[in-house]
Amino acid sequence: MADVPMDINQVSLLARLPLTEEEAQRFAGQFSRLFEFIADLQRLDVSAVHATAQVIPLHNAFREDEIRPSLDREVALENAPDSEGGYFKTPRILD
Amino acid sequence: MSSIHATSLPTGHALREAIRRRERSAEEITRAALHDAESLQGPLHAYIRLLPERALERARRIDGLVRAGEPLGTLAGVPVAVKDLFCLQGEFTTCGSRILENFRSPYSATVVEKLEAAGAIIIGKTNMDEFAMGSSCENSAFFPTRNPWDTTRVPGGSSGGSASTVGARTVPIALGTDTGGSIREPASFCNIVGVKPTYGRVSRYGMIAFASSLDQAGPMTADVRDAADVLEVIAGYDPMDSTSVDVAVPPYASELPDDLHGVRIGIVAEFEASIAQGDAALAALYKQAYKDLERLGAQLVEVHLPHAQYGLATYYLIAPAECSSNLARYDGARYGRRVDGDGDVYAMFDRTRAAGFGDEVKRRIILGTYALSTGYYDAYYVRAQKVRTLIKSDFDSAFAECDVIACPAVSCPPFELGAKSQDPLAMYLMDYFTIPMSLAGIPALSIPAGYVSDLPVGLQIVAPAFHEGRMLAVAHAYEQATQHAAARIPAVRSEGARAS
Amino acid sequence: MQQAIERNVSYQPVIGLEVHVELATQSKMFCGCRNVFGAPPNTLVCPVCLGMPGTLPVINRRAVEFLCKTGMALGCDVAPFSKFDRKNYFYPDMPKNYQISQYDMPLTTGGSVRLASGKRIALNRIHLEEDTGKNIHAGTSMAASEYTLIDYNRAGVPLMEIVSEPHIATPEEAEQYLSALKSVLSYIGVSDVKMHEGSLRCDANISVRPAGTSTLGVKAEVKNMNSFRSVVRALRFEIERQTEALTSGERIIQETRNWDDARGVTYSTRSKEQAHDYRYFPDPDLVPLTLDDATLAQWREELPELPLDKRDRFIAEYGVSEYEAGILTEDRSAAEFFEAVARACGDGKQAANWMLGDVRRSLEKHSLTLATSPVRPAQLAELIRIVAAGQISGKAAKEVCDAVVAEGTDPQAVVAQRGLSQISDTEAVGAMVDDALAANPESVASYKGGKAKALEFLVGQVMKSSRGKANIDIVRELLRERLG
Repeated sequence: MADVPMDINQVSLLARLPLTEEEAQRFAGQFSRLFEFIADLQRLDVSAVHATAQVIPLHNAFREDEIRPSLDREVALENAPDSEGGYFKTPRILD
Repeated sequence: MSSIHATSLPTGHALREAIRRRERSAEEITRAALHDAESLQGPLHAYIRLLPERALERARRIDGLVRAGEPLGTLAGVPVAVKDLFCLQGEFTTCGSRILENFRSPYSATVVEKLEAAGAIIIGKTNMDEFAMGSSCENSAFFPTRNPWDTTRVPGGSSGGSASTVGARTVPIALGTDTGGSIREPASFCNIVGVKPTYGRVSRYGMIAFASSLDQAGPMTADVRDAADVLEVIAGYDPMDSTSVDVAVPPYASELPDDLHGVRIGIVAEFEASIAQGDAALAALYKQAYKDLERLGAQLVEVHLPHAQYGLATYYLIAPAECSSNLARYDGARYGRRVDGDGDVYAMFDRTRAAGFGDEVKRRIILGTYALSTGYYDAYYVRAQKVRTLIKSDFDSAFAECDVIACPAVSCPPFELGAKSQDPLAMYLMDYFTIPMSLAGIPALSIPAGYVSDLPVGLQIVAPAFHEGRMLAVAHAYEQATQHAAARIPAVRSEGARAS
Repeated sequence: MQQAIERNVSYQPVIGLEVHVELATQSKMFCGCRNVFGAPPNTLVCPVCLGMPGTLPVINRRAVEFLCKTGMALGCDVAPFSKFDRKNYFYPDMPKNYQISQYDMPLTTGGSVRLASGKRIALNRIHLEEDTGKNIHAGTSMAASEYTLIDYNRAGVPLMEIVSEPHIATPEEAEQYLSALKSVLSYIGVSDVKMHEGSLRCDANISVRPAGTSTLGVKAEVKNMNSFRSVVRALRFEIERQTEALTSGERIIQETRNWDDARGVTYSTRSKEQAHDYRYFPDPDLVPLTLDDATLAQWREELPELPLDKRDRFIAEYGVSEYEAGILTEDRSAAEFFEAVARACGDGKQAANWMLGDVRRSLEKHSLTLATSPVRPAQLAELIRIVAAGQISGKAAKEVCDAVVAEGTDPQAVVAQRGLSQISDTEAVGAMVDDALAANPESVASYKGGKAKALEFLVGQVMKSSRGKANIDIVRELLRERLG
């Protein structure tokens, strides 16, 4: 099994995805097997290779600065779990 | 009437002609498809939701056009199913997830609009692995879908519902999406044609994202002609998608030959070595497929994809990284499920996400978050992007030697439910032969190639970017010569016949 | 000795500013929703800017143009290759829980802002990103609120971040920097630059170090400053706070501090519980920007003359003082108005006098601005010309100016309507002078007898008989001439 230098609790905090103890342990074991494959990548010499973020050779995909209709507010808020007075409503933010 | 086509397999183009000639009405066909979908929901669970009212209303509109002698679209009156990650205005779109189970989209995906503009009748939204993450459709938050050729087995995934319903011949056409094999693997499992177009060929607008640099929508159909028709309808530049490419869409369906004279077909040495180590019957099936291609006039040439073996590792860094960011928006603030309770907004985010996502999605979000985090970004994410470059250039070199590549779509026939669900890595390995094409952004399809122990298996045909026509032409000639899918009736039909 | 120096050490501040500017495009950065301030909540939103599932961003060309023009105006290098990245963090006003921004390849780098004093503050970079929505905390304070209300109208508005090098030496210089920047942005028309509406926002990085040393101290990031004045006050406060802390041997910690305008203090926001690791990566929904030379050349061509260049040119070309030129060029349209007047009348000095004197007074009196007043440059130029030609008196000119500014009537028409023109014809005035001399022999005698005051009486008589229209300078000149 590959040694994965992952602090799974720290990562879950970043991802805002709390894991149970059981999940954390199970995932860690599964990642360990996956990282055996991932370790293969470390053996390749890629120093002279450029990174591909997008496979298509496109540049400058623009839209013109033109106004298009917005949603009616009722439609915008239709899916909101909670709303009030035309606003989306959430529990308070503690900064 | 228990199916739209009791005796021979229905195709979209056959139905369209029947409607044009006024032999059958769109409404009658739609009713039959809806009825069939409902009666097969028990054994297959292919649909998350059927849309009878919307479908019948649109079918009647097509019939009105027919009566008035108005021009008809390519798919006029043909019943289709779409994977439940295509947004459809006013309808629920769940992406197979609890977190979106109550989400009703205020807009439609571009491909859905194009399908409907061509006259297609959307009868329902199909089941899928949650957020398109999976290869068996068992990761759906709602229920697993089953394979029409053996209902104890999986239909493949993530587009399992679409594959299952087309495989059962309820509808001739469905839309799926493919990120690392999610159209091709289920197409292979369900004995249908499944096409993953070139990245950028089909708009992604309105298609719920898994991994943005890899996701592509494509047709899953009864035959190659239908696939060609559908691709022609859905392909093309969309100003709403910056990554869609403004390249002319050729008339794919009118360029489907019956022989392969002068075509050079590449056989991938590395893949053959790999398949030779596995199931002997499967290896023999693929050998036979290459021979059939040769018999049709093609010239077989050996090609090499030396970095394809790194595809899996590369994919499982890039796709989760993009997914971790794409799925951050599901937080319970604006839409979808919210899990309330004490505490501030972040407590709500945490509870909502912990309860709303399933295992596989959580696994990939954690993995992707890690791959992008400080200290690991260069070692994992950037390195994966560089290997992606190597994989892509392997294909460039291979296509200097051949016109298309033929290779396995899968490393095994459909497996039993539960067989791999406790072993993520075994599930990931299902996409071994399909991932490299996704990383390279090139088009690939799976076409029925025969049976191993009475279970269907697909052959993969791969073409250079934007040469879908070439790939469809080869698939068509092969299909016409072999007729693998047409030769048998899916088990769910004979079981159903026995039951009634 | 050594200790004595240490005790008396003086600290100098090191300040860098991060200025966020909302661009005045018609539509948002990545979707077609209208970009305007003050609409009812959540009425300027669509699936894209609400971050709905399946939506994709498409770059607004005008926003890129505005940023590049800003960069060109400030002498920045426009990158031949640029891209957008995702900045990942969770915050309820951010619909996707990532912000589309630019990380390692901003649209421009380098450049500088030239202050009125002539000093240049170097820039690090300018990049393009999307604004967030707005949270409204129900209740009296954030801590006391039960819940939060969110308006996403502002989410997705194009935002330009201008990052200076830490080369600003004083709070006053920070204000000059902001003022110069605001002036440039307003000249090129890329933003409303209204700090009170949030279209220009400023954060400051500030540290202090012993005078004469070159290592940077530990900095604080100060946020929530809503006016130029609050920037100056907040920076002064921070300098004092940090200096006191260091003098009394405390350590400064790197932190974010909010400015409380009412209490006049900054306070630590405390590091949020949230882990901060933005996990930037190239946004796979967008493709890179490679702006071609022709486009860049065209944008450069479209740039107006900048405020300080205009100021310098006005000094050289129209002979106005630096102070006058500074005021005349504060606003681009006012400067252009002045220049049109100056060109049409051929006397820049006079044009400046009028613009900064009577025109400004009349505008204020009628609660007008140059933009809202009907006055046209040609009318003011005409007024200046007829005064110079002696057609009307200085006193009448003020009256004409007021009417022109308030009503936009041509000066000649005002003069005619109100009978304000002067008689400057020597023959006509000579006849009136002769009449007055003939009618007042005793005054003639007394003047000749040495009483200079008698001349003024005669002037008065001529003005009276002309009903005030005779050119008083000519009357006086002719009287002196005839009285020898």
